[in-house]
Amino acid sequence: MSASPLATTVLFHIGPVPISQPVVATWIIMALMVAGSLVLTRHLRLRPGKVQAAMELITGAIDGQIREVMQADPAPYRALIGTILLFVLVANWSGALPGVSPPTAHLETDAALALIVFAATLWFGIRTLGLWGYLRTFAEPSWVMIPLNLVEQITRHFSLVIRLFGNVMSGVFVIAIMLSLAGLFVPIPLMALDLLTGAIQAYIFAILACVFIGAAISEGAPPPEPRSTP
Amino acid sequence: MSIQEISILSAAIAVSFGALGPGLGEGRAVAAAMDAIARQPDAAGTISRTLFVGLAMIETMAIYCLVIALLVLFANPFVK
Repeated sequence: MSASPLATTVLFHIGPVPISQPVVATWIIMALMVAGSLVLTRHLRLRPGKVQAAMELITGAIDGQIREVMQADPAPYRALIGTILLFVLVANWSGALPGVSPPTAHLETDAALALIVFAATLWFGIRTLGLWGYLRTFAEPSWVMIPLNLVEQITRHFSLVIRLFGNVMSGVFVIAIMLSLAGLFVPIPLMALDLLTGAIQAYIFAILACVFIGAAISEGAPPPEPRSTP
Repeated sequence: MSIQEISILSAAIAVSFGALGPGLGEGRAVAAAMDAIARQPDAAGTISRTLFVGLAMIETMAIYCLVIALLVLFANPFVK
Protein backbone atom coordinates (compact mmCIF):
# COMPACT_ATOMS: atom_id res chain seq x y z
CA MET A 1 0.00 0.00 0.00
CA SER A 2 1.08 3.58 -0.63
CA ALA A 3 1.88 6.14 2.03
CA SER A 4 -0.48 6.50 4.96
CA PRO A 5 -3.08 9.26 4.52
CA LEU A 6 -2.73 10.07 8.19
CA ALA A 7 0.98 10.90 8.02
CA THR A 8 2.39 14.30 7.11
CA THR A 9 5.57 14.93 5.19
CA VAL A 10 8.07 17.27 6.79
CA LEU A 11 9.57 19.61 4.21
CA PHE A 12 12.21 21.47 6.22
CA HIS A 13 13.09 22.63 9.71
CA ILE A 14 13.15 26.13 11.14
CA GLY A 15 15.39 25.69 14.15
CA PRO A 16 13.93 22.74 16.07
CA VAL A 17 10.44 23.18 14.58
CA PRO A 18 9.60 20.86 11.70
CA ILE A 19 7.61 22.57 8.94
CA SER A 20 5.30 20.10 7.21
CA GLN A 21 3.69 20.30 3.79
CA PRO A 22 0.16 21.31 5.00
CA VAL A 23 1.62 24.22 6.94
CA VAL A 24 3.35 25.56 3.84
CA ALA A 25 0.18 25.10 1.77
CA THR A 26 -1.89 26.84 4.46
CA TRP A 27 0.46 29.81 4.59
CA ILE A 28 0.52 30.13 0.80
CA ILE A 29 -3.29 30.04 0.69
CA MET A 30 -3.47 32.58 3.52
CA ALA A 31 -1.01 34.89 1.76
CA LEU A 32 -2.90 34.64 -1.53
CA MET A 33 -6.27 35.31 0.13
CA VAL A 34 -4.98 38.26 2.19
CA ALA A 35 -3.26 39.77 -0.84
CA GLY A 36 -6.36 39.19 -2.97
CA SER A 37 -8.70 40.82 -0.47
CA LEU A 38 -6.30 43.76 -0.05
CA VAL A 39 -6.18 44.30 -3.81
CA LEU A 40 -9.95 43.91 -4.18
CA THR A 41 -10.83 46.30 -1.34
CA ARG A 42 -8.24 48.90 -2.37
CA HIS A 43 -10.58 50.92 -4.59
CA LEU A 44 -14.06 50.55 -3.13
CA ARG A 45 -16.55 52.86 -4.76
CA LEU A 46 -20.18 53.72 -4.22
CA ARG A 47 -20.92 52.72 -7.81
CA PRO A 48 -19.41 49.21 -7.83
CA GLY A 49 -17.55 47.86 -10.80
CA LYS A 50 -17.82 44.24 -11.92
CA VAL A 51 -15.37 42.79 -9.40
CA GLN A 52 -16.76 44.77 -6.49
CA ALA A 53 -20.31 43.77 -7.42
CA ALA A 54 -19.27 40.09 -7.41
CA MET A 55 -17.60 40.47 -4.01
CA GLU A 56 -20.68 42.24 -2.64
CA LEU A 57 -22.81 39.40 -3.95
CA ILE A 58 -20.70 36.86 -2.04
CA THR A 59 -20.79 38.95 1.13
CA GLY A 60 -24.53 39.41 0.82
CA ALA A 61 -25.05 35.66 0.36
CA ILE A 62 -22.96 34.92 3.47
CA ASP A 63 -24.90 37.56 5.41
CA GLY A 64 -28.20 36.04 4.35
CA GLN A 65 -27.15 32.56 5.44
CA ILE A 66 -25.93 33.80 8.83
CA ARG A 67 -29.15 35.74 9.39
CA GLU A 68 -31.26 32.75 8.41
CA VAL A 69 -29.45 30.27 10.65
CA MET A 70 -28.72 32.38 13.71
CA GLN A 71 -31.76 34.70 13.63
CA ALA A 72 -29.44 37.55 14.56
CA ASP A 73 -27.66 40.50 13.03
CA PRO A 74 -24.81 39.02 10.95
CA ALA A 75 -22.36 41.89 11.50
CA PRO A 76 -20.38 40.43 14.47
CA TYR A 77 -20.10 37.00 12.85
CA ARG A 78 -19.50 37.95 9.22
CA ALA A 79 -15.72 38.10 9.45
CA LEU A 80 -15.34 34.74 11.23
CA ILE A 81 -17.89 32.74 9.28
CA GLY A 82 -16.97 34.27 5.93
CA THR A 83 -13.27 33.66 6.49
CA ILE A 84 -13.89 30.07 7.53
CA LEU A 85 -16.09 29.45 4.50
CA LEU A 86 -13.72 30.98 1.97
CA PHE A 87 -10.60 29.45 3.51
CA VAL A 88 -12.04 25.94 3.64
CA LEU A 89 -13.36 26.34 0.11
CA VAL A 90 -10.02 27.49 -1.30
CA ALA A 91 -8.17 24.84 0.71
CA ASN A 92 -10.47 22.07 -0.53
CA TRP A 93 -10.17 23.21 -4.12
CA SER A 94 -6.41 23.64 -3.95
CA GLY A 95 -6.18 19.87 -4.37
CA ALA A 96 -7.16 20.35 -8.03
CA LEU A 97 -3.82 22.05 -8.68
CA PRO A 98 -1.10 19.58 -9.66
CA GLY A 99 1.39 18.86 -6.93
CA VAL A 100 -0.70 20.39 -4.13
CA SER A 101 -2.30 18.24 -1.46
CA PRO A 102 -5.12 20.20 0.20
CA PRO A 103 -4.24 21.21 3.76
CA THR A 104 -7.72 20.22 4.92
CA ALA A 105 -6.90 16.61 3.97
CA HIS A 106 -4.70 16.50 7.06
CA LEU A 107 -6.13 16.12 10.53
CA GLU A 108 -4.14 18.98 12.06
CA THR A 109 -5.59 21.75 9.88
CA ASP A 110 -9.14 20.60 10.51
CA ALA A 111 -8.47 20.34 14.22
CA ALA A 112 -7.16 23.91 14.22
CA LEU A 113 -10.26 25.14 12.37
CA ALA A 114 -12.60 23.34 14.75
CA LEU A 115 -10.64 24.73 17.69
CA ILE A 116 -11.24 28.23 16.31
CA VAL A 117 -14.96 27.46 16.07
CA PHE A 118 -14.94 26.10 19.63
CA ALA A 119 -13.19 29.20 20.97
CA ALA A 120 -15.61 31.41 19.04
CA THR A 121 -18.56 29.52 20.52
CA LEU A 122 -17.28 30.15 24.04
CA TRP A 123 -16.38 33.78 23.28
CA PHE A 124 -19.71 34.72 21.71
CA GLY A 125 -21.68 32.77 24.31
CA ILE A 126 -19.92 34.47 27.21
CA ARG A 127 -20.07 37.87 25.53
CA THR A 128 -23.81 37.61 24.92
CA LEU A 129 -24.99 35.94 28.11
CA GLY A 130 -22.20 36.75 30.56
CA LEU A 131 -20.02 34.07 32.15
CA TRP A 132 -22.60 32.89 34.65
CA GLY A 133 -25.43 33.03 32.17
CA TYR A 134 -23.45 31.00 29.66
CA LEU A 135 -22.46 28.40 32.24
CA ARG A 136 -26.10 28.08 33.27
CA THR A 137 -27.09 27.02 29.75
CA PHE A 138 -25.20 23.79 30.40
CA ALA A 139 -27.73 22.94 33.09
CA GLU A 140 -30.53 23.77 30.73
CA PRO A 141 -33.52 21.63 31.10
CA SER A 142 -32.23 20.41 34.45
CA TRP A 143 -28.90 19.87 36.24
CA VAL A 144 -28.97 16.18 35.29
CA MET A 145 -28.03 17.22 31.76
CA ILE A 146 -24.69 18.83 32.74
CA PRO A 147 -22.41 15.89 31.87
CA LEU A 148 -24.37 15.20 28.69
CA ASN A 149 -24.08 18.83 27.58
CA LEU A 150 -20.36 18.86 28.31
CA VAL A 151 -19.85 15.67 26.29
CA GLU A 152 -21.95 17.11 23.48
CA GLN A 153 -19.76 20.21 23.30
CA ILE A 154 -16.71 18.02 22.77
CA THR A 155 -18.19 15.42 20.46
CA ARG A 156 -19.81 17.83 18.05
CA HIS A 157 -16.57 19.70 17.49
CA PHE A 158 -14.76 16.40 17.15
CA SER A 159 -17.26 15.28 14.53
CA LEU A 160 -16.68 18.62 12.78
CA VAL A 161 -12.99 17.70 12.53
CA ILE A 162 -13.60 14.17 11.33
CA ARG A 163 -16.26 15.22 8.83
CA LEU A 164 -14.07 17.69 6.97
CA PHE A 165 -10.96 15.53 7.24
CA GLY A 166 -12.70 12.36 6.11
CA ASN A 167 -14.42 13.91 3.14
CA VAL A 168 -11.41 15.75 1.74
CA MET A 169 -8.94 12.99 2.54
CA SER A 170 -11.13 10.28 1.04
CA GLY A 171 -11.38 12.31 -2.17
CA VAL A 172 -7.61 12.61 -2.41
CA PHE A 173 -7.20 8.94 -1.52
CA VAL A 174 -9.71 7.69 -4.11
CA ILE A 175 -8.08 9.80 -6.84
CA ALA A 176 -4.66 8.42 -5.88
CA ILE A 177 -5.98 4.85 -6.09
CA MET A 178 -7.63 5.53 -9.46
CA LEU A 179 -4.42 7.06 -10.78
CA SER A 180 -2.43 4.02 -9.74
CA LEU A 181 -4.98 1.72 -11.44
CA ALA A 182 -5.86 3.50 -14.68
CA GLY A 183 -4.07 6.17 -16.56
CA LEU A 184 -4.83 9.51 -18.02
CA PHE A 185 -8.46 10.60 -18.17
CA VAL A 186 -10.19 8.13 -15.86
CA PRO A 187 -9.84 10.17 -12.61
CA ILE A 188 -11.30 13.35 -14.13
CA PRO A 189 -14.98 12.66 -13.20
CA LEU A 190 -13.84 11.81 -9.69
CA MET A 191 -11.90 15.07 -9.51
CA ALA A 192 -15.05 16.94 -10.58
CA LEU A 193 -16.97 15.11 -7.85
CA ASP A 194 -14.18 16.10 -5.46
CA LEU A 195 -14.68 19.78 -6.34
CA LEU A 196 -18.41 19.44 -5.61
CA THR A 197 -17.72 17.66 -2.32
CA GLY A 198 -15.20 20.33 -1.37
CA ALA A 199 -17.71 23.13 -1.95
CA ILE A 200 -20.48 21.33 -0.05
CA GLN A 201 -18.20 20.51 2.86
CA ALA A 202 -17.00 24.11 3.09
CA TYR A 203 -20.64 25.23 3.19
CA ILE A 204 -21.51 22.63 5.82
CA PHE A 205 -18.53 23.56 7.97
CA ALA A 206 -19.50 27.23 7.93
CA ILE A 207 -23.20 26.49 8.53
CA LEU A 208 -22.40 24.19 11.46
CA ALA A 209 -20.15 26.87 12.94
CA CYS A 210 -23.15 29.21 12.63
CA VAL A 211 -25.42 26.68 14.30
CA PHE A 212 -23.01 26.12 17.21
CA ILE A 213 -22.52 29.84 17.82
CA GLY A 214 -26.24 30.45 17.38
CA ALA A 215 -27.02 27.75 19.93
CA ALA A 216 -24.54 29.29 22.36
CA ILE A 217 -26.03 32.79 22.13
CA SER A 218 -29.69 31.80 22.16
CA GLU A 219 -29.77 30.80 25.82
CA GLY A 220 -30.21 27.07 25.64
CA ALA A 221 -33.05 27.27 23.16
CA PRO A 222 -32.92 24.55 20.51
CA PRO A 223 -30.84 25.73 17.53
CA PRO A 224 -32.93 27.04 14.65
CA GLU A 225 -33.36 24.52 11.86
CA PRO A 226 -30.47 25.31 9.50
CA ARG A 227 -31.74 23.58 6.41
CA SER A 228 -35.25 24.96 6.17
CA THR A 229 -34.42 27.24 3.22
CA PRO A 230 -30.69 27.43 2.62
CA MET B 1 -5.04 -14.95 13.50
CA SER B 2 -2.50 -12.21 13.88
CA ILE B 3 -3.35 -8.61 14.68
CA GLN B 4 -2.71 -7.63 11.05
CA GLU B 5 -5.20 -10.15 9.65
CA ILE B 6 -7.86 -9.16 12.16
CA SER B 7 -7.24 -5.51 11.30
CA ILE B 8 -7.72 -6.06 7.57
CA LEU B 9 -10.90 -8.05 8.19
CA SER B 10 -12.30 -5.48 10.58
CA ALA B 11 -11.49 -2.64 8.19
CA ALA B 12 -13.43 -4.42 5.45
CA ILE B 13 -16.35 -5.05 7.80
CA ALA B 14 -16.34 -1.42 8.96
CA VAL B 15 -16.45 -0.06 5.41
CA SER B 16 -19.07 -2.53 4.20
CA PHE B 17 -21.51 -1.96 7.04
CA GLY B 18 -20.70 1.74 7.05
CA ALA B 19 -21.70 1.90 3.39
CA LEU B 20 -24.90 -0.07 3.93
CA GLY B 21 -26.76 2.28 6.24
CA PRO B 22 -25.94 5.57 4.49
CA GLY B 23 -26.75 3.90 1.15
CA LEU B 24 -30.24 3.05 2.34
CA GLY B 25 -30.66 6.48 3.89
CA GLU B 26 -29.51 8.31 0.78
CA GLY B 27 -31.88 6.23 -1.31
CA ARG B 28 -34.79 7.27 0.86
CA ALA B 29 -33.69 10.92 0.78
CA VAL B 30 -33.38 11.00 -3.02
CA ALA B 31 -36.73 9.24 -3.41
CA ALA B 32 -38.41 11.78 -1.15
CA ALA B 33 -36.78 14.66 -3.01
CA MET B 34 -37.89 13.25 -6.38
CA ASP B 35 -41.40 12.94 -5.03
CA ALA B 36 -41.35 16.52 -3.79
CA ILE B 37 -40.01 17.84 -7.11
CA ALA B 38 -42.68 15.91 -9.01
CA ARG B 39 -45.37 17.43 -6.82
CA GLN B 40 -43.96 20.94 -6.89
CA PRO B 41 -41.56 21.59 -9.78
CA ASP B 42 -41.27 25.27 -8.89
CA ALA B 43 -39.37 24.43 -5.72
CA ALA B 44 -36.86 22.20 -7.54
CA GLY B 45 -33.94 24.55 -6.94
CA THR B 46 -34.42 24.79 -3.20
CA ILE B 47 -35.16 21.09 -2.87
CA SER B 48 -32.11 19.95 -4.79
CA ARG B 49 -29.83 22.36 -2.91
CA THR B 50 -31.17 21.10 0.40
CA LEU B 51 -30.90 17.54 -0.89
CA PHE B 52 -27.22 17.96 -1.69
CA VAL B 53 -26.43 19.28 1.77
CA GLY B 54 -28.46 16.51 3.38
CA LEU B 55 -26.76 13.87 1.25
CA ALA B 56 -23.37 15.22 2.28
CA MET B 57 -24.42 14.97 5.92
CA ILE B 58 -25.57 11.36 5.45
CA GLU B 59 -22.46 10.49 3.51
CA THR B 60 -20.40 11.70 6.42
CA MET B 61 -21.52 8.62 8.36
CA ALA B 62 -19.90 6.41 5.71
CA ILE B 63 -16.83 8.64 5.81
CA TYR B 64 -16.58 8.11 9.57
CA CYS B 65 -16.41 4.37 8.95
CA LEU B 66 -13.79 4.92 6.26
CA VAL B 67 -11.73 6.94 8.72
CA ILE B 68 -12.03 4.14 11.27
CA ALA B 69 -10.92 1.63 8.64
CA LEU B 70 -7.94 3.75 7.67
CA LEU B 71 -7.04 4.21 11.34
CA VAL B 72 -7.14 0.45 11.78
CA LEU B 73 -5.00 -0.10 8.70
CA PHE B 74 -2.46 2.71 8.97
CA ALA B 75 -2.40 3.90 12.57
CA ASN B 76 -3.22 0.73 14.50
CA PRO B 77 -2.02 1.20 18.08
CA PHE B 78 -1.62 -2.57 18.59
CA VAL B 79 0.75 -3.11 15.66
CA LYS B 80 4.39 -2.45 16.33
